[in-house]
Amino acid sequence: MLRGARVRDDKDFSGCSIFGMMNLRGEKFNGDPMITAIANMKERSNGLGGGFAAYGIYPQYAELYCFQLMYDDQAAKEETEGYLKDSFSLEGAEVIPTRSCEGVSDPPLLWRYFLQPRESIACDLEDVDDFVVRAVMHINVFIDGAFVFSSGKDMGVFKGVGFPEDVGRFFRLDEYEGYIWVAHGRFPTNTQAWWGGAHPFNILDWSVVHNGEISSYGINMRHLEMYGYKCTLFTDTEVIAYAVDLLVRRHGLSIEDMSRVLAAPLWSEIDRMPAREREAHVALRQSYGSLLLNGPFSIIISNREQMIGLTDRIRLRPLVAGRNGDFMYISSEEAPMHLVDDTLKDTWIPHGGVPVVAELIKPAAREEETGGKVLSISGAEPA
Amino acid sequence: MKSYILPQYLVERDDYRCIRCEVCARQCAFDVHWYDEEEDAVFADESKCVGCLRCVTLCPTNALVVRHNPTQIPPNANWTGEVLRNIYRQAETGGVLLTGMGCDKGYPIYWDRIVLDASQVTNPSIDPLREPMELRTYLGAKPDVVKVGRKGGKPSLETRLTPQLRLETPIMFSAISYGAISYNACESLARAATEMGTYYNTGEGGLHRNLYKYGDHTICQVASGRFGVHADYLEVAAALEIKIGQGAKPGIGGHLPGEKVSAEISRTRMIPKGTDAISPAPHHDIYSIEDLAQLIYALKEATHWEKPVSVKIAAVHNSAAIASGIVRAGADIVALDGIRGGTGAAPTMIRDNVGIPIELALAAVDTRLREEGIRNRASVVVAGGIRNSSDVIKAIALGADAVYIGTAALVAMGCHVCQKCYTGKCNWGIATQDPYLSKRLNPDVGTRRLVNLLTGWSHEIMEMLGGMGINAIESLRGNRLRLRGVGLTQEELDILGIKHAGA
Repeated sequence: MLRGARVRDDKDFSGCSIFGMMNLRGEKFNGDPMITAIANMKERSNGLGGGFAAYGIYPQYAELYCFQLMYDDQAAKEETEGYLKDSFSLEGAEVIPTRSCEGVSDPPLLWRYFLQPRESIACDLEDVDDFVVRAVMHINVFIDGAFVFSSGKDMGVFKGVGFPEDVGRFFRLDEYEGYIWVAHGRFPTNTQAWWGGAHPFNILDWSVVHNGEISSYGINMRHLEMYGYKCTLFTDTEVIAYAVDLLVRRHGLSIEDMSRVLAAPLWSEIDRMPAREREAHVALRQSYGSLLLNGPFSIIISNREQMIGLTDRIRLRPLVAGRNGDFMYISSEEAPMHLVDDTLKDTWIPHGGVPVVAELIKPAAREEETGGKVLSISGAEPA
Repeated sequence: MKSYILPQYLVERDDYRCIRCEVCARQCAFDVHWYDEEEDAVFADESKCVGCLRCVTLCPTNALVVRHNPTQIPPNANWTGEVLRNIYRQAETGGVLLTGMGCDKGYPIYWDRIVLDASQVTNPSIDPLREPMELRTYLGAKPDVVKVGRKGGKPSLETRLTPQLRLETPIMFSAISYGAISYNACESLARAATEMGTYYNTGEGGLHRNLYKYGDHTICQVASGRFGVHADYLEVAAALEIKIGQGAKPGIGGHLPGEKVSAEISRTRMIPKGTDAISPAPHHDIYSIEDLAQLIYALKEATHWEKPVSVKIAAVHNSAAIASGIVRAGADIVALDGIRGGTGAAPTMIRDNVGIPIELALAAVDTRLREEGIRNRASVVVAGGIRNSSDVIKAIALGADAVYIGTAALVAMGCHVCQKCYTGKCNWGIATQDPYLSKRLNPDVGTRRLVNLLTGWSHEIMEMLGGMGINAIESLRGNRLRLRGVGLTQEELDILGIKHAGA
């Protein structure tokens, strides 16, 4: 069921709703407003997939990787646990708590593990994150009936087949508290419903929710394969998550430069830039042309410190941003932002290809900050 | 000796239409037509006709029809007319069968078995007349990682890229030497490349001094004969290309007959006038991959590391492994030339039987370079039978960065693919050094026709890209999901890395 039974289209084709909400000071809130917000965009999903990602939900295990897994059956679970035990020390293993909920049926076995690479292994590793990525790839590719759908620290993804509000209730998201939440409602055009195919897609701390279709998927995937990523899900979203991981974590690009790769400025714009900027943008497009995401998309990319909204460069899919004090919103539509925050006034429509970046205000930075002015939002229109 | 070769073509003249203007007689360098004053009639020696249709095209009254000679040898699947003709020719001459242009055999043309995708509903198609549509392409090695710092809040590049060629459309003109084609044809290619923001390739015949002003759009070739290779030649080029092989004649060198070596060509090639210009089969300083690396770096060093270096090979069975070696040897561009690639002169048996179709070679090379994680370290340019914009776009989707067109460019200038380039008698003024013939190609007109061709193809590429919901060519490059095969075997599909239509 996890793999094999699905129709092998080139990739998933879907339309969607996305919603992100972040408290810039890291103050936590539960999943209720997310469920309210995403339910308000019901028209954008068709009950074949919904999901959430939440950051800051496992403070007691904040330094451990949290692997959340879907299993088809007990055999897959045993094989996976055997594999994990070989190279990781497992500090915790538990069933992901759920409640029965109308509209959500036939869930796979859902387990989570708090773990880290064994010390004897970790000390030889050049990059622990790379090792973890390889382990995730291994399970997803080689262990039949097992799928790691979340692998970050102090964060988790919750997703499944159903309308997103039902999936949220199924996973008891009202019982989790996080400072960044993102949600996704899915409208796949292939009728195959698969729990792992729902959004968000996650690797390490990165998660991506996505509305759109990436026409450049074929080459994005082949380029990422050169760097060891295995695109097992055949979803655009997976490709975006890997591209972000490659560009930001492995290649050290800033969020702005990463978004300049994913939604590159037109050559005609680059040609008009001042020399130094032009040089950088030309080099980015020359070198990372295969990672340009072409086709309509709006996405929210998040990690433990940031929530980033981005649309394709000619803005073929909607994205709205809003802020109210310490709260930052990114959404497919404006209405749900007002629904969960009735004092919200400051909303705007970001330009195509220009990222909206909401960044956690670190304690040190907080002192320098004055007058409650949020310094950390870029990409905002002048109010 | 009486020739047993039957005329390949019949020349039919409508005597009622013929006005005895003698255009046909003057235009035919093969001396097919002549006017008999006494009889006030024009006659034809059909045995000399090559079917280039110059006379038909220029006849002011449409009095001429040239068609295949319907006279057939006894039907025989094995001993066909062509087989017999070749045997008679060799029995009469004792020579090697020569031909020009690319292989005309019926090997599968995979371009015609591959179809393109278009976007609907879930992904809007894009109208290139109303939305930006980007064809700009950069050829050259790309780094694994680009480091970008910040200076005053603005991005500042920390990784220096090696030299790149900037193409405004992913189509370049193939290597065709001055010698194989006329000066006017060379000038047309140079000017059209300049006007279109792309490049033409000198081939192995050096570069005429008068064309140095187009150097920014010139790829200068260094071949095994080293004809016309000197410091200025390397210096003036935008990029250099080491020619190892050619699709029309893998494994052998070039041959320019002494008759074509005029004073100008002698000066350009730096060889005595009237002598055959024979380039050796291999480079005699390249007997292994490390020797190639030495030449690549020698050329880079000689040009102050300011120019990308391409290595051109013929598409053969193990192209993928060779290409991998070429990339590792430091080439910035790998040029692949398929079995249908053209030539000014090649032994017929070699042209028609050595090498593989470019589609398969391209797919194999792109796949191999990706498997080895080095695809970014060199651009891949393909040549050999690119006939139209859909061939171009399919090549790019299979994995090419750009294409070279040779035959198509010559056809744009008037070539009718009669395959007699090696005779030096090209009636269209292209593959000839005879001043009486070559002046027929006006470089202003040649340039215009080439520019028109590239403009038309570029528009078509934009339309097809837009139809696929893509607005930058790099998003199609290597994007094989946008291709499907029709009527191909599983093995062919596997090599091409595409699915069958319907799947």
